[in-house]
Amino acid sequence: MKRWIGISWVSCVFAFLYGPLLVLMVFSFNQARHTTAWQGFSLTWYASLLENQYLLDAVVNSLTVAFVSSLAATAMGTLGAFAIAWYRFAGKKLFFGLVYSVMMSPDIVMGISLLMLFVTAGIHPGFFTLLVAHITFCLPFVIVLVHARIAGFDPCVVDAARDLGAGEHEVFCKIIFPMLLPAVLAGWLLSFTLSLDDVIISFFVTGPGFEILPLKIYSMVKLGVTPEVNALCTILFVLTLAAVLVAHFLIKEKKK
Amino acid sequence: MNEKQGFKFFAVFLNMTWFALFVLAPGLMVVGISFMTRDISTFFTWPLTLDHYRELVDPVYAKVLKNSLVYSFNTTVLCLGIGYPFAWFLSRAAAHRRPLLLMMVIIPFWTSSLIRTYALVILMKANGLINTVLLAAGLVTEPVSMLYTDAAVYVGLVYSLLPFMILPLYAVLEKMDIRLMEAARDLGAGSFQVFVHVVLPLSLPGIMAGCIMVFLPAMGLFYIPDLLGGAKTMLVGNFIKNQFLTAGNWPFGSAASVFLLLLMVLMLGIYFFISTRFNRSRAS
Repeated sequence: MKRWIGISWVSCVFAFLYGPLLVLMVFSFNQARHTTAWQGFSLTWYASLLENQYLLDAVVNSLTVAFVSSLAATAMGTLGAFAIAWYRFAGKKLFFGLVYSVMMSPDIVMGISLLMLFVTAGIHPGFFTLLVAHITFCLPFVIVLVHARIAGFDPCVVDAARDLGAGEHEVFCKIIFPMLLPAVLAGWLLSFTLSLDDVIISFFVTGPGFEILPLKIYSMVKLGVTPEVNALCTILFVLTLAAVLVAHFLIKEKKK
Repeated sequence: MNEKQGFKFFAVFLNMTWFALFVLAPGLMVVGISFMTRDISTFFTWPLTLDHYRELVDPVYAKVLKNSLVYSFNTTVLCLGIGYPFAWFLSRAAAHRRPLLLMMVIIPFWTSSLIRTYALVILMKANGLINTVLLAAGLVTEPVSMLYTDAAVYVGLVYSLLPFMILPLYAVLEKMDIRLMEAARDLGAGSFQVFVHVVLPLSLPGIMAGCIMVFLPAMGLFYIPDLLGGAKTMLVGNFIKNQFLTAGNWPFGSAASVFLLLLMVLMLGIYFFISTRFNRSRAS
């Protein structure tokens, strides 16, 4: 009896989480323009998606921002994790506080604060401002992930390498970096998806000349949707799912 | 400067500069500008004033804040009500199934919450799937209006934020020592007593963490009421957005943002207070 309550509760929640997404995916193959009823299987919307240059531009812009900002955030965040783990410096507590406050503070506050900074500084909103904003909100996640990994490994290994004559550079490249790689990759992947998904912060810092996908979808949904959006969302969902599964198996492989 | 010093300088300097420029400076700007006067061309100007805070407690705007708090509170309660039993059942599932089930909670997380909100729009439209099914089944004679209602906003908020509640709850429930419950039962406690006196207190840090992770973002998710709710439903997020993009009133929008920040500080304060007390009582 108890067991059945558990199973049905869990199933209902999963149905709630996955149901709407499944419906969206199924209707992306629907021939009808309006999502009222099923009118036969068709790839029409995928075909017209390929011809929608505005949408494709937005995809390319989004991927570019996500790629560059996640790389930059990963590189800088890894250095930041070292700074916290290894060194004592003035303002370390403040730095730590800022890292956590970025993770906790509501997106909208960060969005408007950066908007005010850019406008006051006279920087034109667009690719550059978007990049800076995305690096900023990804950075703390990389720092925390990589820091946890650094804190977890044995410092004796580094001492041993130093005793054997390795320089700081060599210690980093040959010992520390390979040990950190899983955390660094996880940080990069997380940054990439965070950047791709962000709506609220991007909303405030991008300009009319540089449109990214979530904001494009946002305006399309507000104006009335074409099923092209369903097709695009399906592709995105399948791609993210694939990326997550690949990452999952890579990490599993590593553990063995 | 040797190689080691150089690396340290580089690592520390780069990060400190970045956070100072793009976190600390804008953060201080929000606080500072909330005390300045509105200006049409430069957005803000001297003199310093408390007017925007005074306006914020003015009945018209205080109502927006209150509404938003109510929305967030109800969303948090709903997420807790749905998420707690879910996390509990998940943590009691066979050990080899747990990673897969957990993964299934996280996967929808990886798709943009905007796409998920849009999926809800499709379901709830007047000519959407739910109505089509209801009509076909003869349960209703004309389409039920679901979209642009309060209920739709709640569905959207819970749908976007539920995993944030489940994950911290699962983390504490999974670690919980099952022997404590057995001991309570041996000592004669009923199921309800075991839950109230053993399970609930032990999962308190998870409950707190989950509630913070739902309550705070729920205040800011402006696109959910935008897409699912009518014009009347407003969160603080919608209000701030309008002040910045429509009204062009930076100081007022900043004051509302300071309100959100204070709320964040308050909630984190409560969290740390409870979790230190929790750890102390555990240690003794």
